[in-house]
Amino acid sequence: MDLTHAPADEEFRAEARAWLDGHVPGTPLPSLETEEGFAAHRVWEAELAADRWSVVSWPEEHGGRGAGLIRWLVFEEEYWAAGAPGRVSQNGISLLAPTLFDHGTAEQRARVLPRMASGEVVWAQAWSEPEAGSDLASLTSRAVRTDGGWLLSGQKTWSSRAAFADRAFGLFRSDPDTPKPHQGLTYLMFDLRAPGVTVRPIGRLDGKPAFAELFLDEVFVPDEDVIGEPGQGWRIAMSTTGNERGLTLRSPGRFLAAADRLLDLWRAQGSPEQARARVADALIGARAYQLFTYEAASRFLDGEPLGAESSLNKVFWSEYDLALHETALDLLGEEGELADTAWAEGYVFSLAGPIYAGTNEIQRDIIAERLLGLPKGRR
Amino acid sequence: MRFLPDTEQRAFARSLHAMLAAADTPSVVRDWSRGDRTSGRALWSRIADAGVFGLVIPEAYEGMGPRPVELALAFVELGRHIVPGPLVETVAAAALLAEPGPAKRFLPPLAAGETMATVAAGGYALDGDAATLRLGLTPDGLRLSPGAGPVRPSLDPARRLTPLLPGGELLIPDPPVDHALTWARLATAAQALGVGLALLDRTVAYVRRRTQFGVPVGSFQAVKHRLADARTALEFARPLLFGAALTMDPADVAAAKLKACEAAYATARTALQLHGAIGYTAEYELSLWLTRARALRSAWGGPDECRERVLSGGRRW
Repeated sequence: MDLTHAPADEEFRAEARAWLDGHVPGTPLPSLETEEGFAAHRVWEAELAADRWSVVSWPEEHGGRGAGLIRWLVFEEEYWAAGAPGRVSQNGISLLAPTLFDHGTAEQRARVLPRMASGEVVWAQAWSEPEAGSDLASLTSRAVRTDGGWLLSGQKTWSSRAAFADRAFGLFRSDPDTPKPHQGLTYLMFDLRAPGVTVRPIGRLDGKPAFAELFLDEVFVPDEDVIGEPGQGWRIAMSTTGNERGLTLRSPGRFLAAADRLLDLWRAQGSPEQARARVADALIGARAYQLFTYEAASRFLDGEPLGAESSLNKVFWSEYDLALHETALDLLGEEGELADTAWAEGYVFSLAGPIYAGTNEIQRDIIAERLLGLPKGRR
Repeated sequence: MRFLPDTEQRAFARSLHAMLAAADTPSVVRDWSRGDRTSGRALWSRIADAGVFGLVIPEAYEGMGPRPVELALAFVELGRHIVPGPLVETVAAAALLAEPGPAKRFLPPLAAGETMATVAAGGYALDGDAATLRLGLTPDGLRLSPGAGPVRPSLDPARRLTPLLPGGELLIPDPPVDHALTWARLATAAQALGVGLALLDRTVAYVRRRTQFGVPVGSFQAVKHRLADARTALEFARPLLFGAALTMDPADVAAAKLKACEAAYATARTALQLHGAIGYTAEYELSLWLTRARALRSAWGGPDECRERVLSGGRRW
C-alpha cells in the first residue's frame, strides 16, 4: 500500500507544471457561459491541444499522451493548482469521447476526436427531455429511418453548452413498439446548425445561457453518425453516464485547488473563528476525495470495473463543492452577493451539482440498492 | 502507487476478523462492563498473540513495528467487534515508552500482551482499574502511577474511567507526547471506522428484516437515503485513515480521526433512528456500538482539536 508516484509519473507532473507555468492566462478568462467567454475558452483549448495537453489520457494517435489513470490524476492536480481555465470541451471529452473509444468506429474516431481535442468543434450533451429527466428511459424524441440515415424529431432540454456549441449527442427512440422503455433507443450525434434544429438558450439562475432547449423537426442525421448498433443506445449511454458520475467529470485536483483558495481567503479575512470548522472540513474533504479516487483508481488498475461506487463519488463531490462555495461566499460577507467574482461563478455552477448527472436522490437509491442490497420499493 | 492493502495485509485483517467473530465479543463487553475481567483478559492475550500490539513496537523490543498500516487494519477489526479494554491506551503507552531505557523494560511485555497499559493525559485513564501499567503525563514528565482512583461511569458502560493516583516513578522527563498522540489518534480513528461499519451492517440487516405496512422498512426511500449517507461518510473516511497511516503526518492523522469518528457517530444516530425503540434499550446488542461511537468521538482529541491540528499544519495536500 503506498501513495508515492513512480519517478516517471513525477517527471510527467514536472513537465505539465512547467508548461502550465508558461501558458496559463494571467487574467482569468470571461465566464464560459457567455458568448465572449465561450470563444476565449475555445482559443485556450486550441493552445492546450497544440502541445498535446488538452486530452492527455487519449491515445497519441488521437492527440493525447496515452496517459494512464494515475497520470491523468496528476495532470488534473497540476492543471487546477495552476489556476487554469474551466474546460469548455468537457462534455465532449469526458462523455462522448469515452463512448466513441468503446463503441465508435475507427472512421468516427478519426473524424470527431481531433476537432474535439482542439476546441474547433464543441459538443453539447442532449439527454434530458421535458418529461424525461431522472427517468431518462421515458424519453420520446424520435429517430425515424430514412434513406441513408435518420430523421430526428422532438424536444431536448437542459442541454449543457448548447447555447454556443456546434454539435450534440443524445438518445432517440428508434423503435416505439418495444416492451420496455430502455429498448429501441439509438445513440446519435447531430449538428446543432442543421436544418430543422432550433436552439433556444435557457438562462440559468444568474441569467447566463449555460444550457438550452433543442427543438428538432425532421433533422437528417447520416448513418455514419449513429454510435453502435441502432436500438442499443441505452446500454451504450449507460457506459457514458458511469463516466459522468465517476472519475472523469470532477477530478480531485479541482477540489484540492479550490480548498487551497478557500484557505487563502479565510486567512486573508483574518481567520474568522466562526468559519474555522468549515474551512478545515473543506481541506479535509478535498484530501478525502483525492485519496478515495486514488483508491478507486488502484482497484480499476487491478482490473475491477467502476460500478455503483461512482454514485458515492457523485454524492460526495456535489455536496462538497456546494459547501465549499457557500463557505467562501459567507467569508466574503457583503461582497459575497456580487455576481462578477470567480467565487460567485463557482457557486452558481456548484448549485447544479446535486441535480445533474443523475440527481443525488437517484444516486442514493443506487447506493442503497446496489451497494447495501436494500430492496427496491416505494420512492 | 497502489493505494490498496496488499494480499498479506488483507489476510491479516481477515484472520483477525474471523478470530474475533468466533470470540463472542458482545458477551465479553458485557462482562467487562460489570467489572468481570476474565473473558476480557483472555481475549487480550489472543489479540496480542495475533501480533496486534507488536505493530507499534520495534523489532528490537520484541515487536514487529512500527507498522501503522497494519495497526490501522487491526483496529478497524477491533472496533467492528467492539473489543473492550484500553487498546488505544496500550498503543499510546508503547509510543510514549519508545526511548531505549524504558523501552527495554516495558515494551516486550506489552508486545506479548502480558501488560495491559493505560495513560492519563488529562483527568482520566481508561480502565485504570484493569490496567497493570498506569502512565500519567504530568508537568514534569511521564510517571508510573502507583494506582487508580475510583471508577466513574462512562456513557459507554464498557469504558471505565479512572483518575490515576499522583506520584510514582518518573520514567521520562520529556516524553514524545506528539508521537504518542499520533499513534493513539490513528488507532482511535481505525476503531471508530470499524464501529461505524458494524453499525451500518447491523442496521442494513435489520431494515431488510423488519416489516411495516406489509413491506420491509428498508424499501422506503427515506430509510434508504439515511443509510446511503452513512455508507458515503464511512467510504470517504477509510482512505483518510489509510492515507494517514502511510504518512503518519499529525495533520493527516487528525483529519482521519475527525472524519472516522464523525462518520461513526452519524451512523450511530442513523442506526438508532432506524431500529426504533429496540435500539434504545441496553439489552439489545446494538447499544454496545452506539455508546462506543459517542465515546470515541471525544477520546484523544475531539472534533475541534482535530480541526485545529489540520489548520495549524501549515501544510497543503
